[in-house]
Amino acid sequence: MILDIERLSFSYDKKNYQFKDISFGIERGEVFSILGRNGTGKSTLIKCILNVLVPDAGRISLAGRDVHDWKRQEMASVAAYVPQAKNVVFPFTVFDYVLMGRTPHIPSFSIPKESDLEVAGECLKKFGISHLGDKPVSEISGGEHQMAAIARAVAQGPSLIIMDEPTSHLDMGNQQKVLDMTRKLAADGMAALMTTHFPDHGFMVSDRVAIMEDGRLLASGEPDDVITRENLKTAYGIDVSVSYVPDAGRKVCVTTGCYTSETVRNI
Amino acid sequence: MNEGSAYNRYRDFPMKVYGRLKENLPVTPDNGLLIRSMIYLSVPVILVLSMFIGRYSMDPAQTLQVTFLGLYNQAFSFIHGAGHSVLPSLFTGEFVPHSIDLKGGTVLFNIRFPRIIGSAFVGAALSVAGASFQGLFKNPLVSPDILGVSSGAGFGAALAILFFGDSFAIQVSAFIFGIAAVAATCLIGKIYRGSGTLVLVLAGIITGAFFSALLSLLKYIADPYDTLPAIVFWLMGSLGSVSTGDLMLIAPPIIAGCGIIYMLRWRINVMSLGEDEALALGVDTKRTAMIIIICATLVTASAVCISGIIGWIGLVIPHLGRMVTGPDFKTLVPVSAFLGASYLMLVDDLARSLTATEIPIGVLTALIGAPFFAYLLSKKTVGWV
Repeated sequence: MILDIERLSFSYDKKNYQFKDISFGIERGEVFSILGRNGTGKSTLIKCILNVLVPDAGRISLAGRDVHDWKRQEMASVAAYVPQAKNVVFPFTVFDYVLMGRTPHIPSFSIPKESDLEVAGECLKKFGISHLGDKPVSEISGGEHQMAAIARAVAQGPSLIIMDEPTSHLDMGNQQKVLDMTRKLAADGMAALMTTHFPDHGFMVSDRVAIMEDGRLLASGEPDDVITRENLKTAYGIDVSVSYVPDAGRKVCVTTGCYTSETVRNI
Repeated sequence: MNEGSAYNRYRDFPMKVYGRLKENLPVTPDNGLLIRSMIYLSVPVILVLSMFIGRYSMDPAQTLQVTFLGLYNQAFSFIHGAGHSVLPSLFTGEFVPHSIDLKGGTVLFNIRFPRIIGSAFVGAALSVAGASFQGLFKNPLVSPDILGVSSGAGFGAALAILFFGDSFAIQVSAFIFGIAAVAATCLIGKIYRGSGTLVLVLAGIITGAFFSALLSLLKYIADPYDTLPAIVFWLMGSLGSVSTGDLMLIAPPIIAGCGIIYMLRWRINVMSLGEDEALALGVDTKRTAMIIIICATLVTASAVCISGIIGWIGLVIPHLGRMVTGPDFKTLVPVSAFLGASYLMLVDDLARSLTATEIPIGVLTALIGAPFFAYLLSKKTVGWV
């Protein structure tokens, strides 16, 4: 198991828990998606896994070793992080941006070597963005930026890739591209952990899915067992039809009802 | 790898200059290296040209004669074991040239050279500190005094002017209080849990305001005919009194600080992506930030203590560097250092030759820097507007 999380709890103030007693594990070659409404602690969970935030209780082991026992630089060559799309202040070229993924392999007082440039070049090629190498990241599209961010993560040479809402802000085509790429990474033997707002993604790429709600895991397991009408109703407060569409060859989620909250009903 | 691959092009032309830039500057990826070389070469060229400028008038031939005869005499007496050896006598100001214009030699070796080299050091120091802080705080509008080093140094200098008056005490006091102000900023920043760089910026504003208030108090109680003007002149900046002894004192910390920042240039790239991303890329952000802050502060305090407050360089020069060679700190750090050195040598040439009395250099850098910055913004080539 590349990532094993046991009874993890986190709070900013020791009183209001973002989440409590969360447990799950991810194997190599597996895509694991976490669903859940805004503010339910998905991003916080990711920060805990990356050892940016320290949990109150519980244990996170990465490749069999507690994340606190990892040296940062070593850990970064095992687990890579794809942040939510955002602006880069300085307009580095796409090549330099991807090259920064080699940082875990570069000593503190050093700069990238020839071999690092080679790896970055291969990653650009793998993600079909070689032609963007010389362009500043501030001037490429959202889809291209996301590809560059994933390429950078892959350049780290990780066993686990953690993606925070990799498809938000992307059009349908680019969403599909990112999901296909995720599938491909899993096929290459990496484990992928991603958060998403689209239950459909559970059916499209995920081997396993978990739904976070109110600081705990509402359900986790195979997509068919987890992404159900009842669970989605609890998680999002709306009626969702989950049905098989022969044309698509998979199940899809379609909203059917109104939001059940009183405030909306009273408008 | 085939010939057209991104990595090959990267290796061949490390300077990628963007399309928008190309329209405004005569820079292309092909001549990026050339432009960089020109920047590096400009330093010795301007250094030599600056020798000919000054209020003690010597025609160029005379200047050259004094220089070469002076150096020759030194070398001659060194070889024959008579008199002084070249370096100590040049650097301690005991140089006595034989058979040439004695006064010209004194002006050149004891006043003009230290001043020119001092301005190069100060310009380079402020520019490198500015560039590294801009990366660290992910903000292209940051200058070296963001953490309060200038306010602290200003207060320290004023304190020494009031109570001691001699120039060495002023330098030491400015240096110590400049460092102390940044230390206070870091301590305030530490109080808050999970202190990121934003908290440090706020703490810097707090410290800066505090030391500015103290400085105002000192100005208020200072003698308006004697110490007050001295304080005001110090705050406007001047390289007029830089001696070879000063250079010997500030050169080691500036070279060491800039050297360490230069070695960390790839880490600064990664830090400029933001703390979370840098952590995820395996960078020990706390330690790296601390090293950058210590080096940049050391370098700035060393510069400020001999020159007084010289604004706008640390902000504008890294921008200019970014326009010319792109945002990669691998090249931005050395380019900023050399651009800053050239720029301040030129501005100091203006300061000491434009009018009969010397113009405070801090006034000139702001007078030139502010409109130039406005021009940069209007060109929209800076990448972040």
